[in-house]
Formats: sequence, structure tokens, C-alpha cells
Amino acid sequence: MSVERVPPKRREGLLFDKSVAGKRGCDVPEWDGPAGAALEARFLRDEIPGFPELSEREVVRHFTRLSKLNYANDEGLYPLGSCTMKYNPKVNEKVARLEGFAEAHPLLPEEAAQGSLQVMADLEKYLCEITGMDAFTLQPAAGAQGELTGIKMVRAYHESRGNPRQVVLIPDSAHGTNPASAHLCGYRVEEIASNERGCVHLGELKERVREDVAVLMLTNPNTLGVFENEIGEICRILHEAGGLVYLDGANLNAFVGIARPGDMGVDVMHSNLHKTFSTPHGGGGPGSGPVGVKEFLARFLPVPRLVRAEAGWSWSRDFPDSIGKVHSFHGNFGMHVRAAAYILANGSAGLKEMAETAVLNANYLRKKLEGTYHLPYDSPSLHEVIFSDRNLEPYGVKTLDVAKRLMDYGFHPPTIYFPLIVKGALMIEPTESEGIEELDAFVDAMLRIAREAAEDPEMVRSAPHTTPVGRLDEASAARRPVLRWKGGKPSP
Amino acid sequence: MRYIPSSPAERRRLLEALGVDRVERLFDSIPETYRLQRPLSLPPAQSEADLLSHLTQLSRRNLPPHDSAVFLGAGAYRHFIPAVVDHLISRAEFYSSYTPYQPEFSQGTLQSIFEFQTMICQLTGLDAANASLYDGASALAEGILLAHRTKRRRRIVIGGFVHPDYLQVARTLVTTLGVELDIVAAGGHGGCEAETLAARLDAQTAALVIQQPNFAGRIEDLAPLMEAAHRAGALGIVVVNEAVSLGLLKAPAESGADLVLGEAQSLGVPLSFGGPYLGFMAVRSEYLRELPGRLVGEARDAQGRTGYVLTLSTREQHIRRERATSNICTNQGLCMLAATIFMATLGKSGLRELALQNRARAEYAKALLAALPGCRLPHAGATFNEFVLELPRDAADVHRRLLERGIVAGLCLQRYDPARKRDLLIAVTETNSRAQIERLAKELGGAL
Repeated sequence: MSVERVPPKRREGLLFDKSVAGKRGCDVPEWDGPAGAALEARFLRDEIPGFPELSEREVVRHFTRLSKLNYANDEGLYPLGSCTMKYNPKVNEKVARLEGFAEAHPLLPEEAAQGSLQVMADLEKYLCEITGMDAFTLQPAAGAQGELTGIKMVRAYHESRGNPRQVVLIPDSAHGTNPASAHLCGYRVEEIASNERGCVHLGELKERVREDVAVLMLTNPNTLGVFENEIGEICRILHEAGGLVYLDGANLNAFVGIARPGDMGVDVMHSNLHKTFSTPHGGGGPGSGPVGVKEFLARFLPVPRLVRAEAGWSWSRDFPDSIGKVHSFHGNFGMHVRAAAYILANGSAGLKEMAETAVLNANYLRKKLEGTYHLPYDSPSLHEVIFSDRNLEPYGVKTLDVAKRLMDYGFHPPTIYFPLIVKGALMIEPTESEGIEELDAFVDAMLRIAREAAEDPEMVRSAPHTTPVGRLDEASAARRPVLRWKGGKPSP
Repeated sequence: MRYIPSSPAERRRLLEALGVDRVERLFDSIPETYRLQRPLSLPPAQSEADLLSHLTQLSRRNLPPHDSAVFLGAGAYRHFIPAVVDHLISRAEFYSSYTPYQPEFSQGTLQSIFEFQTMICQLTGLDAANASLYDGASALAEGILLAHRTKRRRRIVIGGFVHPDYLQVARTLVTTLGVELDIVAAGGHGGCEAETLAARLDAQTAALVIQQPNFAGRIEDLAPLMEAAHRAGALGIVVVNEAVSLGLLKAPAESGADLVLGEAQSLGVPLSFGGPYLGFMAVRSEYLRELPGRLVGEARDAQGRTGYVLTLSTREQHIRRERATSNICTNQGLCMLAATIFMATLGKSGLRELALQNRARAEYAKALLAALPGCRLPHAGATFNEFVLELPRDAADVHRRLLERGIVAGLCLQRYDPARKRDLLIAVTETNSRAQIERLAKELGGAL
């Protein structure tokens, strides 16, 4: 086994090091009116020290070169588990940039914004139908903000009944945002252990559900890609004790058109438009995390809410029990347009085919890799499959090494070391956006890496070998953080 | 479905490999009781051409932006965005990638975040900035939580005109944690009075929050306010929601601000009916480890090459879970990139000129409007690109009449304060031509 050593890709210097006094990349339109009285000197700044000065040409070149240091979903498989890195349809980018939408000010009078309001009202309606919930808010800007909004509503509900309660129950396989969001709502978090199938342990749940439990935050299918098939019983246990059930809809992509959380007893949930509904991940946002509720919780939804009047849609703040507001304006509208476009492009049959294909692809990868890679839970997988690095242990090769070596084969690594209940987890979610050729190429790379681990473990441990930089020393970076350019000689 | 690449034959191959005859079998773990027995009731699937035409028609039901004159601001500003910004952020390498968990495969995103963090520090005068937050309102809520956490005090004093929607969001997000917001009404002159505020700061006060320019557009004299905060042992927090002002106004840190946060939509992000926008936060170095959200730092590989990584992630929820400094997971990646490109393109002199010109246009509008019969400027003091105009009669009615003529005459402040029936908050940017400004004055004069 030999490593192909290609020359490292060219890196790019910082904007600030390229800056030359007197350059500028853009003109400001001429102003032919009076300059007006100057501001008092005490309000004024001197020039901005270090701020870049570049021509348009150089700016374009700089960011084009930077872009080439990224791997992208449009380039190949990007199987980050629980992130649903599906294809971002190009027409969605076009419709979000339509002048009437892109240049609409959020505080336009309602009669001047009926197009935007219609898109939002339609999306609320589609999401209700897809999830089986009764009402949605589109305000939350991301999944985590959706969680916070949902748990705030849970709290408001319990408060309206005289007692906010103290505890939020969260399975140990949950996303880290769940406990963080619950904590921010003033709750104490108690963890529920998973059973041998990777699902909520019903016996333990029964013991832990008491009068002070406000809500259970459940991810379904959970982060192992396994459907919590006792969800009906789970909801019943919570409801009997006066508690509620929150569904983290991060993995909704697995069962759109097949089943609906609202029909299973879920009281409140969020959905990530940047996962299930294809809005681009943008290098880490913007996302969008609408929250749906059952009718009895609708009075707690954030304001303003869209209401239908004779003249069209309008905003109403007349909901005295509302938790308030979670966004400066109405949420990430640009993402609402894209998600609505995605739903319209698919229709009912298309969305179902989407979920089916996502599950089919994940199961195919499972079948092909099972055995070579250790499968810690053999419960049926839906949209993602979780392996561990146990079979590579004899060679001293770990999950991180597999991930790094995958880059040399031209694939983005899966999510690693999550969920926390699996030691050395490799969490693979191919989505429906991959055909059999790309899946086979990925399988081939994974199988080769397993062979390499046995034959040349050091080469795997020192991967990647073909990226612009090698493994970076994150520990030193955190010990003495350098978070900004400060001038002086450019770094090597 | 056109977004799914598999052909029917390939689909069969996949099924065969799994040894199942129908794809439905893969869903056996979902109990029969919950299986949806009907198709979802959604509109029929649309071709790309139909979809485009449908949404284009809807977009035209909004005010046509180029046939109208809009003078709205209040936390969202229409500025010219150079073509390079949208061109570059539309590169798939940027927009179809995700959070840079794997630095070797994400140096483009990581380096641009490092450059963004640097420019936010340069603009605010502070030592460290994060990779962005959802929006201005959530940035304020996170700033309040930061103060609460580090000072271990529960009161937050809010001076005068901070954006009312930001306050509502902050109230929604922080009050369950026992944080108490003490909102001190602005003085009649539209600004904060250092003595009034100082009297409200006590040993339980974690921070004093001031908006610059404030919600009424006025430029606050920050130094005495920040000094008062420090005397009480509290943090001085400055909220900025028109980031272009930072090209002209003194860097808040120079006036003593410990924490500067707000909305940077102005820097290259389209209005887009309110989002996605770009919250930001910068702090003095002693609070660096308390920053919420993503941070990027410099690192070296084994060969000594410089690269960039997500750093200090032990603050974050995926490790700390319920003990995290914040529940925020993503940032506003692509909006942040747009702002980075916008700032690089305008550069040092461009941003200053843009800021100067916004003010010049607003001053011109202010002079024309204040000279209309019965109109006055209710607040004294200098403003940046936004100001309050008091009409001799009900503003909502005048506003409606101007809308019929394609003019949005700012924002009726009655929306936030029933006592301000006659007040309009008017913003003027470089996208408002001299002709538009003069038309606003003429039509407004005619409607009084």
C-alpha cells in the first residue's frame, strides 16, 4: 500500500496581509446634495486600523481561492449523520432572490407585503399537514432556537395550570442542544438511559416520570437512526402524569409521508428546514427551525401571528398568553421561501419518495459495511446508520483516523463521536440525494480504509495526506486562542 | 422526483442488495397504527418552470421595490450590495457545505470566519468576536446572559431607546432565568441621561445596555454612560443595529464598552423580509471564554503550516450539554460570509464614505421635512441615518396616503408606543436618491 503524495493545495493569505493603502473594491453612488453639518469630533472615529483595502479583482480572487479549500455537497457525498446534507435545488436560490422578496423590508405595511405573507401562511399550512400538528410558528432561526421556543411554550402551559414543574427528561442519545435549551428555560435536566435496542428504556421512563416532570424531549427516529416504536406508550406515560412530549424533528426526513408525529401523541415539535426541506447549510447557517404545536398549545405561540382578514393576511399581536417573541422580525424568511419551493416541487408523492430513498440508501450502506465495521446496535435503521471503530481497535486505528483518511478518497467524513452512547461512533446519513454509484464509491473507500488500517495503520493515523493543511493542533489552539489577525509578519 | 438521482432500475438493485421486495418493508419498525393511510394533502408537484412562475407572481404581490421609495429602517436597512457579494456566496463550495467540523476540508469557511471576527474587532475596537449569532435580538439576549453569568448579578438596566422588538425577544428568552430587566425611559430629548441612569445602577446590576445610534436614530454620548456602568461594577453593553454607522462613529470600545453586539444585516445582507440576518458579538479579552456561539482560532499542523479551527468548543452544548454557555449550535454562516466580502470590497475608505453619505442624505431629508408646516423634530441631538419626525396630525393616516403613491414614509412609532401617534421614524440610506427624498418631502407636505 503506498500513499499517493500529491503536492499540497495552494493556501491563501489573509485579506489583511494583502491590503494595500489606497485600494478600494467598490464605489459609493455620488451624492449631489449638501454634505450637512459635520458631526462633533467626540462622536467620530479615526480610520479603522487594519481594515482591508483591496481592488474588486483581488476580493474575487481571494474568496474564489478560499472556496476551493472547502469540500462541498455539490462536489460529492457529505454523509454527516443527523445533518441531512441533501441536495440544495438551484431554483430555490433563484426564487429566494426574486426582487419582490429579497428587497422587502420586514416592517412594510401588511398591504404592501401580501406576497411574503402568503408564502409564510402556505408554509405553515404545509408543515401542519406534513407533521400532523395544528399550528406552526416560523420565527425560530435554527433548530436550537426552535427547541428553546418549544420548551418555553411547555413552561407557559404548565404555568397556566399553576405550576411550571421542574424537570425535563432527555434520553442519553439526544443532541447536546436539547439539554442546553431545557436549561435555558429554567429546567433541571434528567437523563434517561437507552435500552439494548438504543431506544428509550420504558421501565426507567416509568420510574422517572413524576408530577414535577414538565416534558420529555424525544428525537424520533433517534440519533441512532432507530425509530422509537414505543412512542405511543411513551406519550401515554407522560400525558398520564400531566407532562408533555416534545419531538426534536431533526430526523423528520426519515418518515415524511409515511407517518406523522402529530398522530403519535406528540404535543410540540420543531423541524429543521435546512435538513428535511433542503435549504442550504451555508457553511454553518443560516438555518430555520419552525415549531409546531397541538391546538391546546397554540395560544402560547410567539407573536406576531399571521391571521386571515378580509383584505388578506395580517399580523396579530392579540394573543395575551403568547410566550413573546424569539426573532427580531419574522424568522429567516429567505429560508421559508426555499422550503416552500421544495415542498411544491415535490408534492405528496415526491416527499414520500424522498423519505423512502433516504432510508433505502442508509440501509444499503449498512448492508455493505456491516461486518467490516462494528454495528453497535442492530435495530433496524431508518435514514442513518451508526458504526463504531471497535473492529479497528487491534490496529490502533480510531474513528478520527477513518474520518481523516476518507478525505484522501474525496469524501466528507460522517459525523463522528456522536451519539455519545456509542464509543467511537461513525454516524452516516447519505440522504436520498445519492445514486448507487456514489454510494458504491463511498463503500469502496470505507472498505479500503479498513484494509489499510490492518496493513499500514500509521498511514491511516497520519491522514489526511492530500488536503491543504494536515491535522491541526486543536489543543494548543484552545490553550492560547488567537481569534483575530493583529498585524505583523504573516503566519507560515 | 427530479431531485432524486436513482433510476427505477437502480432502485431495484438497491432493494435486491437488501433482500427486500418493497421499500415499505424498511419502515416495519414504525407501528402500523401510525402509518399514514393516505397521501399528504399538498398542492400537486410543480415543474421548475411552474414553480418559478408561481413564486414570481407571489413576489409581485409585495411592493415593487424599484418603483417605490422606502424610508424604513428600525433595525433593517436597505443598502446597495455589490454584485461580487452574491456572486461569491453563490459558489457551491461555500453555500452547500456545513459547519466546519473537519478543518482540513473546510479551510475556506474557517479562514473567512477568522477574517470576519477580525473585522468585527476592528469596527468595534474590541479584542474578540464570535462567528455570528442569529440576529440582533438574540445577540442582545445572549449578551444579557453573558453579563448575568460573569457578574453573578441579576439586574440589567436598559437605557432609553433600545429597539423595542429586541427588548421583547430578550424578555422572552432571559426572564425565566431570574434576570430582571429594568427599562429606563428615554429623556424628552431622545437620548440617555447619564445621571438618571447612574441612579438606577446598583450592586445587583450586571450590565447597562445602550443602543448606538439609539432606536430614535440619535447618537448617544457613550463615554459617561459606560463610565457610570463601570463605577457600579457593571458591564457596559452597546447595541448596534445599523452597522454601517461603525464606519463613521467612534469605535464603542474607545468609549469604554465591554461588549458590543447587534445586527450586521447592513453589511451586505439583503432585507429579505426580516431574515436571515446576522447577529454579532464582540468582547474585551477577559470575557472571551464566555462568548456564546462558534469561534475560530489559528492553529498549526505537524509541518508548521497555519490553518484555522473551531476552538474553545468546551463552552458549547455538544460537550457541556446543560452546562453550556448557550444552546446556540449554528451561526449565520452564509450571511457572515456575505458581510466579510462586503466589508473587504468597500474597505477602509469605502465604508467611511458610505457612512458619511448615509448621514448626508439623512441630514438633507431631515432639513426638508422639519421645514414642512407643523412638522418638528421632537428630539435634540445629532443623528446618523435615521430620525424621528413629529407631524401636526395622526401619522398613520398620512403614512397610508403616501403608500398609495408608492412611498413608505418610515415607520409609525405608534406601533410601539400608543402615545406616539404623530411620530414617524424615518431612515435614509444611499439607496434613496435626492429625487426620492424631495418627493417624500413634497408628498408628505401635501398630505398634512
